[in-house]
Amino acid sequence: MFTLHRFHGGLHLDAHKEDSSFAPLATAPVPPRLIFPLQQRGGQNAQSVVRIGDHVHKGQVIARGDGPMNPPIHASSSGVVSAIEPRPLPHPSGLADLAIVIDTDGEDLAFETEAHPDYQRLAPDELRRIIFEAGIVGLGGAAFPTAVKTDPGHRAIDTLILNGAECEPYITCDDSLLRHFPREVLEGARILMRVLGVERCLLGIEDDMPEAIRALREIQETGEYQDIDVITVPALYPSGGEKQLIRILTGREVPTRGIPADAGVVCQNVGTAAAVYRAVVRGEPLIERIVTVTGKGIRNPGNWLTRIGTPIADLVRYSGGYSGAAERLILGGPMMGISLSSDALPLVKAANCVLVTGRGETTGPKQALPCIRCGACAEVCPVNLLPQQLYWYSRADNLRRVEEYHVTDCIECGCCDYVCPSHIPLVQYFRAAKSELVAKQRDRVKADRARERFEARQIRKEREKQERAEAAQRKKAALAKPDASEIQDAIARAKARKRLPDATPVTDGTSHESAPHQEPPRN
Amino acid sequence: MSLSLSSAPFTRSDSQVQGIMAAVVLALVPATVFGVVIFGWPAFFLWTVTVLSALVFEAACLTLAGKPVKAVLLDGSALLSGWLVAMTLPPWAPWWIGVVGAGIAIVVGKQVFGGLGQNPFNPAMLARVALLVAFPLEMTTWALPSLPFSSSAPGLSDGLAITFAGASAVDGMTGPTLIGNWKTELSQGRGLSESLVSGHYNVVASLLGWKAGSLGETSSLLVALGGLWLLKKKIIGWHIPVSLLATVAVLASVFALIDGERYAGPVFHLTSGAVMLAAFFIATDYVTSPSSPAGQLIFGAGCGLFIFVIRTWGAYPEGAGFSVLLMNALTPVIDHYVRPRVYGRDLKGRPLDLPGGRR
Repeated sequence: MFTLHRFHGGLHLDAHKEDSSFAPLATAPVPPRLIFPLQQRGGQNAQSVVRIGDHVHKGQVIARGDGPMNPPIHASSSGVVSAIEPRPLPHPSGLADLAIVIDTDGEDLAFETEAHPDYQRLAPDELRRIIFEAGIVGLGGAAFPTAVKTDPGHRAIDTLILNGAECEPYITCDDSLLRHFPREVLEGARILMRVLGVERCLLGIEDDMPEAIRALREIQETGEYQDIDVITVPALYPSGGEKQLIRILTGREVPTRGIPADAGVVCQNVGTAAAVYRAVVRGEPLIERIVTVTGKGIRNPGNWLTRIGTPIADLVRYSGGYSGAAERLILGGPMMGISLSSDALPLVKAANCVLVTGRGETTGPKQALPCIRCGACAEVCPVNLLPQQLYWYSRADNLRRVEEYHVTDCIECGCCDYVCPSHIPLVQYFRAAKSELVAKQRDRVKADRARERFEARQIRKEREKQERAEAAQRKKAALAKPDASEIQDAIARAKARKRLPDATPVTDGTSHESAPHQEPPRN
Repeated sequence: MSLSLSSAPFTRSDSQVQGIMAAVVLALVPATVFGVVIFGWPAFFLWTVTVLSALVFEAACLTLAGKPVKAVLLDGSALLSGWLVAMTLPPWAPWWIGVVGAGIAIVVGKQVFGGLGQNPFNPAMLARVALLVAFPLEMTTWALPSLPFSSSAPGLSDGLAITFAGASAVDGMTGPTLIGNWKTELSQGRGLSESLVSGHYNVVASLLGWKAGSLGETSSLLVALGGLWLLKKKIIGWHIPVSLLATVAVLASVFALIDGERYAGPVFHLTSGAVMLAAFFIATDYVTSPSSPAGQLIFGAGCGLFIFVIRTWGAYPEGAGFSVLLMNALTPVIDHYVRPRVYGRDLKGRPLDLPGGRR
């Protein structure tokens, strides 16, 4: 019997999963226009490797980054690059950044790629290279490059965890994936096990996904994939959080400031495993994923196998459009998603859900009352923080205390916010405090650098001054001697002139003048 | 479609401050009704005066501070504070005791600190203790229970006279509380067995609440039932009530075993005075108690310890008010030192060791 562990707190939320999970998985048409923001994850942008007017094929690399943290971006259908211009990003800031726009030609011509059905013969490094080249990032939401995550370096890994605990309400894309493509997930897990060199793989799945569990069990009952443990975990938000799932399945905790690999674990979303399978065995780069489109504001909720780069508006159109009740557009789930101002934004690799909520389906910001210190927030915090104390100190701008109460450990799951009877937007306070801390840290680093520079300059100036002084000293000393000899010389010359009155004065002059020039030591 | 922007989470539970206050008030109703029934019209008048004055004081403070009066009054916290003050008063105390009590609780206990959530001390206990120190006579004149409409129960006009005209209660209608009687007798050299007889002590009557005492405190049973309902509704946690009651019970048992004549046993302690009310309704006040479960255990145990110590060796017969205030003062200290272990960190808040001794 497998022992499950518990994490502190958590919430039983209304799942709202039926609407989208009951509808069959549909394949979204290729939209007339695809948009690929060059900034896929915070940090450096990828550089476009195509030009306006270029014809690109499906699966062709259109942008590359400069390091392992920045895997390539592929065209998800064939067509012509019509623009490379700033476009709004699907990011809370709504800021614009460069994006490649492709007008699709409807041909969907594929790019020649290399498949490796015999991947057992490939070395882990080679598999990692294929994963990187296929542009695979974590599809659970964080979009962390998979090739980096599967390269734990010197850390000893003994367990691969596949995250199928889709804990956030409304989202059913992983459920749909496991129901329709269980083999791809399991085979992808095998590949990842080979990359990591581990024997143990745990697939964690929430117990409110019976169809997906059945699909996996049916395959295992035929005797295949016995090396992968499918483990059902109680539906409790946020079991699907990486740190929480690691705790549930292994009882280990990821040390603060560490990564899962420090606990001997690498955790991958089930969607990522399927993408790895497609990349390695079929040679298909990451150009499509399953996206849930749901909420009372959508006419026909469901899951769509969607090309990456598809504008949200098109996906909404395929889903029957907005219903009259549509009120808010959310990318992601209701607990951790971001609210969008426009549906012209494209779906990026990490987009798992388009939630259009209807009237009264979500609560907008409410009038916050004073904190009554009821402690409900601390009770539900999956990290076991004291949100109430963090709130007091955040409000008082006491950053030192906020840090002391470990605001940086907050995973922004929203549990505290959800239960607060005073409707205090706690997570907003913590996000603000965190970014202030980051800014302060940046300032500190900057100040440290400036101080180091200043000190180095002071030392250099001091040294130069000293050297100049020494040089002057030496020059003086050096001059003192030649002076004596020059006098001697002059006397000698004078004496010689008396003897040789026809001697030219020119040579005298040069020798006289060159002497001090040659003397000072060079430094 | 007009898209409204906001930040996650976009969904909230139905829990509201008003709902919490309403539940606590509801849990107080049985014990209060019982008190009004056995102590008659004066108790009802005093309760009404106290609660209304609490609301008036709150409204006045909010007006002075320029805060929205209606919205804050509706949060129910002033109603609850006033109600709790009323429950701790001698039922036949004059009207101005209720007014002064409510004033101390709301103005001094709460609003001067900035209102709801800001006060370091429990407002009701602050009022009780201040009244006890300032008006010892009025605060220790206890009415005896009587069946409604019986000959010993005061009628409407008598009730009005007792509460509003300062009419002194007819002799024979007042008497000492059990716990007061125990202390008085003890000071005169009589042991517990004698004092319990002279005080007509009966375990069942005491538990039900048929005895002299504060307006809403006499029925330990009804107070406890209200508290248990709050526990079931998860409005309060078990940590404070359990540790408080267990501490009192254990200390009482130990000392009763040592000297049964000098020290009262656990049943006597748990069914008298304000212990039940303190355990379920006063010490569990969110604002003035620690936030971590471990801190709450310490807090409850501290309250229990002081209650027992003051009752047994102190000058006052009842120590619940003082004990809670003392522990309220310690709450920030407890909160500072007692913190839960954060995921990925050790008990002291340091990051867990990374493999290979890296930090």
